[in-house]
Amino acid sequence: MSSIKIELRKQDIEKIREIAASFGNDEQELINVLHKCQEHFGYLPAEVQEVISEALQVPLAKIYGVVTFYSFFTMTPKGQNPVSICMGTACYVRGAEKVLEEFKKELEIEVGQTTDDGRFSLSSLRCVGACGLAPVVMVGDKTYGRVAPDDVKDILKEYS
Amino acid sequence: MDTVKLTIDNKQVEVKAGTTIYQAAKDAGIDIPVLCYMNLHDMGIENKPAGCRICVVEVEGRKNLAPSCSTPCQDGMEVKTNTVRVLNARKTVLEFILSDHPKDCLICPKSGDCELQDLAIKLGIRNIPGEDIAEVSTYRLDTSPSIIRDLDKCIMCRRCETMCNDIQTVGALSAINRGFRAVVAPAFEQNLEHSSCTYCGQCVAVCPTGALTEADHTNEVLRHLANPAKTVVVQTAPAVRAALGEEFSMRPGTLVTGKMVAALRQLGFDYVFDTDFAADLTIMEEGTELLRRLSAHIDGDKNVKLPILTSCCPGWVNFFETYFPDLKDIPSSARSPQQMFGTIAKTYFAGKKNIKREDMVVVSVMPCLAKKYECQREEFSSNGNPDVDLSISTRELAAFIRQANIDFRSLGEESFDNPLGESSGAGVIFGTTGGVIEAAVRTAYEMYTGKTLERVDFEELRGMEGVREASIDFDGLELNIGIAHGLGNARKLLDDIRSGKSKYHAIEIMACPGGCIGGGGQPRHHGKSEILKARASALYLEDRNKAIRKSHENPFIRELYSSFLGRPNSGKAHNLLHTGYFDKKKKIIVKQ
Repeated sequence: MSSIKIELRKQDIEKIREIAASFGNDEQELINVLHKCQEHFGYLPAEVQEVISEALQVPLAKIYGVVTFYSFFTMTPKGQNPVSICMGTACYVRGAEKVLEEFKKELEIEVGQTTDDGRFSLSSLRCVGACGLAPVVMVGDKTYGRVAPDDVKDILKEYS
Repeated sequence: MDTVKLTIDNKQVEVKAGTTIYQAAKDAGIDIPVLCYMNLHDMGIENKPAGCRICVVEVEGRKNLAPSCSTPCQDGMEVKTNTVRVLNARKTVLEFILSDHPKDCLICPKSGDCELQDLAIKLGIRNIPGEDIAEVSTYRLDTSPSIIRDLDKCIMCRRCETMCNDIQTVGALSAINRGFRAVVAPAFEQNLEHSSCTYCGQCVAVCPTGALTEADHTNEVLRHLANPAKTVVVQTAPAVRAALGEEFSMRPGTLVTGKMVAALRQLGFDYVFDTDFAADLTIMEEGTELLRRLSAHIDGDKNVKLPILTSCCPGWVNFFETYFPDLKDIPSSARSPQQMFGTIAKTYFAGKKNIKREDMVVVSVMPCLAKKYECQREEFSSNGNPDVDLSISTRELAAFIRQANIDFRSLGEESFDNPLGESSGAGVIFGTTGGVIEAAVRTAYEMYTGKTLERVDFEELRGMEGVREASIDFDGLELNIGIAHGLGNARKLLDDIRSGKSKYHAIEIMACPGGCIGGGGQPRHHGKSEILKARASALYLEDRNKAIRKSHENPFIRELYSSFLGRPNSGKAHNLLHTGYFDKKKKIIVKQ
């Protein structure tokens, strides 16, 4: 559950309604509407879900159910520097989990969370297609290969 | 009609195409255990997620076991429901479910009435492999005025979700998260109190485990009974007498009015009164309001809105306050019988007996969980002292009787006390769908026409169809009546009103399927709709056996008006017996 409080501006509400209307306000299109809204806002805070609920006439609980079921949807805004650790098979067998643990320890957050100062967020993903570089870490668009737990501090330093 | 032929446990059966294996077996007298599955087929209520896999059977030629609840019969199928493979699979499935379930059956409020416990007994579970290493999911306990959610005990059968969304269209509950963390919860895992929940209690009525239970107030009642300074008055709703016997292994539909009164006296209540009396009072107020609005409407007064909607049901009141606040002028302003009783007990009766308001405790026994919330509403209190102090369910009363070691079945028949214990047959049928409007018609007809109503039974208003309608001839005026039970059905009628399409003059709505007889506080029907029908028949029987069948002929109601209230809808009656409604849309809290 997100504890971030936001106040939607009038144009934000209009944007959500516009997205819903572009899918005919059809409740069957809920997932598409959620995708578009997340694309626009970067995440799906409770307030956004509430507007969607009214527009599509779908109970808020159902929407929250869908948002929490699919790992792609997030209720937490991404940090300025989103850190993704590849947990695909190649990376995993070459120690990605230890790298992930190190990031968690350094940033003091869990996967799916954002640091209090909003600078870093942490996620895991499956295979970025650079298995030769395993284990792979991405920070924003930048890729780091053959990352060892000892490298984590230095990587983070680049962004401080 | 297309049929298919198959064998189940070597028994030849022929069923309608599309019938599930489970249903075909049941019709052939073969019992297959189920857990998540629930079907009140003639009420259109079905929960079939095929999630628990307890009902698996072996189908010849199929590699995997099939869930019988959702596998349709096919021609030539050979089904085995009790092979060693099937029995082992069921046991393993149940062991898995139990590995993530608390083992506190001894002190669980559902103990003895729990489908999961029954199944564990039936399948002879004696140990749970891997129990010591299995992770157990835990959740924050959610307490609301009516319903307690203890999700540690949720097995994800999703019956509550079906009731809340598909049947009641309330949408307060949904499955959230996935895998091991999956659970049923309101949006953003808020407490029920901050969700769109109406406290109708239908989730509690169908929960097979102790995950959803009522807020138990029996201990507080006991505390008042033990206090000699308090005069404790009890009122019993109509539907309670038609179901309480089931808790003591009596046949569904057995009327236990006299035994119930005897039990309440033994429990120590100072006065045992009847909510049915207040139901008669409701008819006087609501019927008068109906005629007033109807006459104004006929005279062309555009400010008067029709149809008038009944307002006895607190789940229904919560529903329109949350979902149709724009229509909040339409329901009758008459308070529910529970609340009318409370205010009359603490004014008229307390005055007669010289009992100070704060020394009187009014307890209600209700088939309903929303009544617990209703009696806590601020507008139903005077200087912080509630008109009705505590509301307990039919199930809580049964538990109370057992705790007091009263042998219910061997109790004699006793009568209610007066003056708040006498009722007409019209008050009795309040407990079933169609009953409130039938009671209103009996009185409104005579008020409107000035003639005696000879035919008292309105069969056209009775039945279990979700939405019903009838036209009653009021001496030349055709009164169009609509009836809905279950909030999903109510929503259909409300949508019509909102869009100006409604053709009715009066509409009766009850939140629970079947009306109060199927309330969230009643003994559990375990998916058997014939139990609800038996309860309804019991109420119609009590009505037939009453000497007085019209509310306005109840002598104690007449006395109440002549010596205290004046006339129906008088200023005093308005102050004590009517209320207003609120826009509750805002109560839903989006963020924490």
